[in-house]
Amino acid sequence: MNYTFDFAPVFAAWPTLLEGVIGTLRMSSISMVFGLSLGIVFMMMRMSKLPALRTIAISYIELIRNTPILVQVFFVFFGMPAIGVRLSGEQAAILAMTLNCAAYAAEIVRGGVQSIRPGQIEAGRALGMHSTDIYRFIVFRPAIRAVYPALCSQFILLMLNSSLVSSVSAEELTYFAQTLDAQTFRSFEIYLTLGVIYLVLSQFVSVALGIIGRVYFSYPAK
Amino acid sequence: MIRQFGWNEFLFLLEGARWTVVLSLLAFTVGGALGLTVALGRTSKWKPLRILMATYIQIFQGTPLLIQLFFVYFGLPLLGFKVDVWVALTIGLSLHTSAFLGEIWRGSIQAVPDGQSEAARALGIGYMHRMVDVVLPQAFRIGLPATISFLVNLIKGTALAALLGLTELTRSGQLMANITFQPLQVYGAVALIYFFICVPLTYCSARIERRLNAAR
Repeated sequence: MNYTFDFAPVFAAWPTLLEGVIGTLRMSSISMVFGLSLGIVFMMMRMSKLPALRTIAISYIELIRNTPILVQVFFVFFGMPAIGVRLSGEQAAILAMTLNCAAYAAEIVRGGVQSIRPGQIEAGRALGMHSTDIYRFIVFRPAIRAVYPALCSQFILLMLNSSLVSSVSAEELTYFAQTLDAQTFRSFEIYLTLGVIYLVLSQFVSVALGIIGRVYFSYPAK
Repeated sequence: MIRQFGWNEFLFLLEGARWTVVLSLLAFTVGGALGLTVALGRTSKWKPLRILMATYIQIFQGTPLLIQLFFVYFGLPLLGFKVDVWVALTIGLSLHTSAFLGEIWRGSIQAVPDGQSEAARALGIGYMHRMVDVVLPQAFRIGLPATISFLVNLIKGTALAALLGLTELTRSGQLMANITFQPLQVYGAVALIYFFICVPLTYCSARIERRLNAAR
């Protein structure tokens, strides 16, 4: 092996990489929030009494969960202009990641909602609680709390998957790294550094989500 | 004259799908063998080995698959190997698979009640036979649904091969979209092909899981 490692050009480009980190966190956090919200809508459709709504939700969820996110990104970015919707790389990336996250979130949250025993809801009704309150405090919040760890790993996966939206020139970490690669030809050093950055990022997101969870679900348990 | 997306173009995509399947199976086989080693290391009595395997798993679960593939693709030539994209992808996807299957199977091995291996030890059965004949068959049953789900993830993950230039299903879609200027139809068709490859597996996994839960 006669290769001299040279990390200098990589470290010299730290402002660009930082911009990339911010881009990655921005796009993935927006997709997480929208994805979870849309996922809850799909979950409610999935559990609705109307067969039509259920069918739509099941088809959507299964279609998304059984196709690669890269194809979904391509479909949104290259396919949508054909029906008159022209999106920038970043918009397409966020839309595709949101749609992707929604399907997974719907299934995860459904697991949580199904774990709520009917007796709980009956107790709420017996206490004369309003049905929206029952849904909010008795079904929804404990359900999310029960599946929060699974949601967190899904969010981390989403953050890692955001690396492939560089292929539609959305300006996140991998995109800047590839630009840097084209300028310096220090591929190995760049991707090694990139791996370390993603590793730190995933730990960071994990800790951050843990703190959010502890604050949001801090009410007495059981 | 621009080509229309028709039957012949669809066959071209299917041609690409063949390589998606081949690549997935290759990575699953090699990665599975490595994954078993990782799982056994992760559950071994020897602490340094456990820590080493935990780190290995953590690295692969904490970085994007795309970066792992780039890393292998650009890293191996530095070690003096001339790698073609197939070799790099097989190695990259196998390592990825080994870490994920290692973690899944670790869980399954640990889910086998302790009494089983204690009983085997009481009967004087050595590590090798204890694992092969007592623990692993039971762990296999427990881990099967998650393993199949991972296979689905792996098949979806091979789409990234397109970004390294291997003409599998997604790359065929890219080429076809450029030729026909009908990206909506082409990527729709690509998504459907993936869907029909993955859905039977997803269905299988869900069925086995339901049956295992019913047994408990």
